[in-house]
Amino acid sequence: MDRRDFLKHFCWVISSGGVLGGVSADAWARMLNKTYDTTKHYYGMGIDIDKCIGCGRCMEACKTENDVPAVPYYFRTWVERYVIKTDRTVSVNTINMESDEPGDVLVEKDVLRSFFVPKLCNQCDHPPCVQVCPVGATFKTDDGVILVDSKRCIGCRYCIQACPYGARYLHPETRVADKCTFCYHRLVKGLLPVCVEVCPKQARVFGDMKSIASPLGRFTRMNKIHVLKPSLNTDPKVYYANLDGEVN
Amino acid sequence: MEAVQNFMELSKQVVGFIYPNEIDIQWSILIVVYPYITGLVAGAFILASLVKVFNVKELQPTYRLAMLTALAFLLIAPLPLQLHLGRPERSYEMFITPNLSSAMAMFGFVYLWYLMLVLLLEIWFEYRRDMIVWSSESTGLKKWVLKFLSLFSTDISEKAVAFDKKTVKIITIIGIPSAFLLHGYVGFIFGSIKANPWWSSVMMPVAFLFSAIVSGIAMVMLLYMIMVPLRGGKIDMKCLDKVASFLFYTVIVDFSIEVLDFIHRLYESEESIKILSQLVTTKLFMSLVVLQILMGMLLPLGLMVVIKVFRLQEEVRKLLYFVCGLLIQLGIFSTRWNVVIGGQLFSKSFRGLTTYKMELMGIEGFLVALALLIIPFVILSILIKLLPPWKKEELAGVE
Amino acid sequence: MKDFFKKLPEQAVRVVTVFIGLVLILLVVWRFILPPELKDHDLQITATVEREVAKEIKYAGAQICGQCHEKEPEIKKVGYHRDLSCESCHGAAQKHVENPTEVKPTSPKKRDYCSYCHKYNSSRPTGFPQINPDRHNPRKPCITCHNPHNPKPPTTPRSCAACHAQIERAKAASYHALIACAVCHTTPEKHKVSPRTVIPTKPDKREFCGKCHDKGSSRKGVPTVDMAAHGEKYVCWQCHYPHTLGGI
Repeated sequence: MDRRDFLKHFCWVISSGGVLGGVSADAWARMLNKTYDTTKHYYGMGIDIDKCIGCGRCMEACKTENDVPAVPYYFRTWVERYVIKTDRTVSVNTINMESDEPGDVLVEKDVLRSFFVPKLCNQCDHPPCVQVCPVGATFKTDDGVILVDSKRCIGCRYCIQACPYGARYLHPETRVADKCTFCYHRLVKGLLPVCVEVCPKQARVFGDMKSIASPLGRFTRMNKIHVLKPSLNTDPKVYYANLDGEVN
Repeated sequence: MEAVQNFMELSKQVVGFIYPNEIDIQWSILIVVYPYITGLVAGAFILASLVKVFNVKELQPTYRLAMLTALAFLLIAPLPLQLHLGRPERSYEMFITPNLSSAMAMFGFVYLWYLMLVLLLEIWFEYRRDMIVWSSESTGLKKWVLKFLSLFSTDISEKAVAFDKKTVKIITIIGIPSAFLLHGYVGFIFGSIKANPWWSSVMMPVAFLFSAIVSGIAMVMLLYMIMVPLRGGKIDMKCLDKVASFLFYTVIVDFSIEVLDFIHRLYESEESIKILSQLVTTKLFMSLVVLQILMGMLLPLGLMVVIKVFRLQEEVRKLLYFVCGLLIQLGIFSTRWNVVIGGQLFSKSFRGLTTYKMELMGIEGFLVALALLIIPFVILSILIKLLPPWKKEELAGVE
Repeated sequence: MKDFFKKLPEQAVRVVTVFIGLVLILLVVWRFILPPELKDHDLQITATVEREVAKEIKYAGAQICGQCHEKEPEIKKVGYHRDLSCESCHGAAQKHVENPTEVKPTSPKKRDYCSYCHKYNSSRPTGFPQINPDRHNPRKPCITCHNPHNPKPPTTPRSCAACHAQIERAKAASYHALIACAVCHTTPEKHKVSPRTVIPTKPDKREFCGKCHDKGSSRKGVPTVDMAAHGEKYVCWQCHYPHTLGGI
């Protein structure tokens, strides 16, 4: 299949209308038809630990935007809270986006340092999930996003086992693997992933690594960058600034 | 709401921190059953190959039984996989669009190769002459079933039978690496997951292989001790002692591999060692330390040493062999459990442990798993009826 | 070929025939019966991308709001909330964009909503404005005093604790509890408006701490050291954290 066919398919989606709904969808369609070329983009995300306030807006918006099951256990993105005490013990929990934090009764002088860590699929450059999928239902797009073909996934869950970051889950209704797509349906229309969109502190930065000037470009220039579990050689495309060594 | 409650229940049993998506255990009891079954297949075949390739004459009485056991279990092997899929109706995709970089994608091909080109073919050549003879002796349905199974071949001349024998030997020679492939590859499925330190190990395929041989030999031994008296025959003690002594050596190799793996992990003491030690000393203590190592390995080893050192009477030997066989089955099943379930009980954040609550009734529940373990024996009993592994004179103990 | 078959014994011919038959059947099924969608991986990838692109957008993105709403973005862009997307607080609004009169986005007015970000939490980065909702004008809606589009303390913060609650709490339990922040930190007025760019001072001389803690100091009950012999190269706060109990 060559590029032109690919674009044609895009056009087909767009021209099939309805699916996107509304006037603005047509506007996108026109824009997309002319400008969007998957090979011209390569996406990544930056996360600044020093900026995250652990408000959980990203988690909530993601569940809404992507129809993630509402139960408090399946997440395409989530935020972990790390508390490192003066005796060097580490306690971690996933923040709750609804109710008050339990266990926040910390004695200040016992806390050495504490911070929030937003997590999501790292959209690895060498994705172990893609390697192990027996039927090729999960794959990397030209613009660097790992997607799951929900019509072909057989639900063997090998990819969930292979993901070092716990970013995948078996969708309880469709019974296929599900994960963060960087909000692919928004990207191609020039919108930001929804977690980036709603982050009040701009702790999340999104950008195109193929463009010379992008917020991600500046982010990776101005910060010392670390990725999660680099020893596994997965080459994540989610870049952390000010990440603590305790995080894994 | 029920789902939420279920999760709340589970989350209470979580120790430390797990990634939120890890609350589900992905591979259940069915995936424990699967490597257990393929292990029996590979092990039984290796025992059979001792007769054909390595000319261990004493084992001849177990040869056909071992082949039929391998077949009965191999026929069921794909079922647990099929049943655990989220979308079982799509499993055919594994054959149509296999992802060549996936260890799991090879399953279908390895399985088909082993079933069609090794087991069925070898059994067919082994039984062909007998099937022709038996079909001429029987009447009605059985006659026609046997005729069909022998593909309506008729030639029982000496030359043809000699050809059968030669072919069986060639197939067995191909079959040994195939059996290694079949089960070593199951080990590779686990051993190649770098995200999971409990699984990720080069030793995994080797450990799987030897535990498979152990379980297969023990299973054939058990079946031999049950089936021969049931069919009115006398247990050939020379054969039984030989089987048991092969069992003894493979258990020692298997045990050495496990111990090596254990020491290696402990000595290297990598990042994951804390959580793995916690796993072994808490959630896996019963199934790993007590069932797998003490009951399933050291106790039978001890018993077999006793049998070898003291010249016990036949009846006592039989009893002890039988107990050993049962204990080893228990031990190897625990081994599979500890690999499959154990590997999912700790968080990949290395900061916590979760819990596996086995269903009773559900499709991935205990009853289905039990059924999957029983069906092969039903198939085997049909196979034995149709294709008796022993002739009358063999049963009576006449050479 | 015929010769070869003749050389084989009868039974081998039968087996080989069966296998050839099976392979032929498989080939026919593969070639003529299976539709291309089942076989062609590229087709499947294209279809997945199409499906992904066609997914419904629920968060409209910050750009579009300003097209109708003029006042709020105008106010917002100069205040502390200038980096927030409208949908961070008002929720998913794509439906509202498509049907402005009938579908209205949410407008959270309760204290809990502001608490997601502004309730005190020791893991939040220091300097981020946080309050204790139980003590900070309990039960009064936040918006009675603060305009969410341009939130400012009703008066300039009386105490540093409005933003530096973490330090304030720690200090309250330390030996320095009675020393006001301004004794050690000189704070330019502009720090209250641009907290990140204009930063208060820290004591830059050892003698500053020496006023109380040097050997010859006249203060009673204060631990003293011989400043000439004790860690001469460093300013005191490089080792001692003056806000915590014990100062270590």
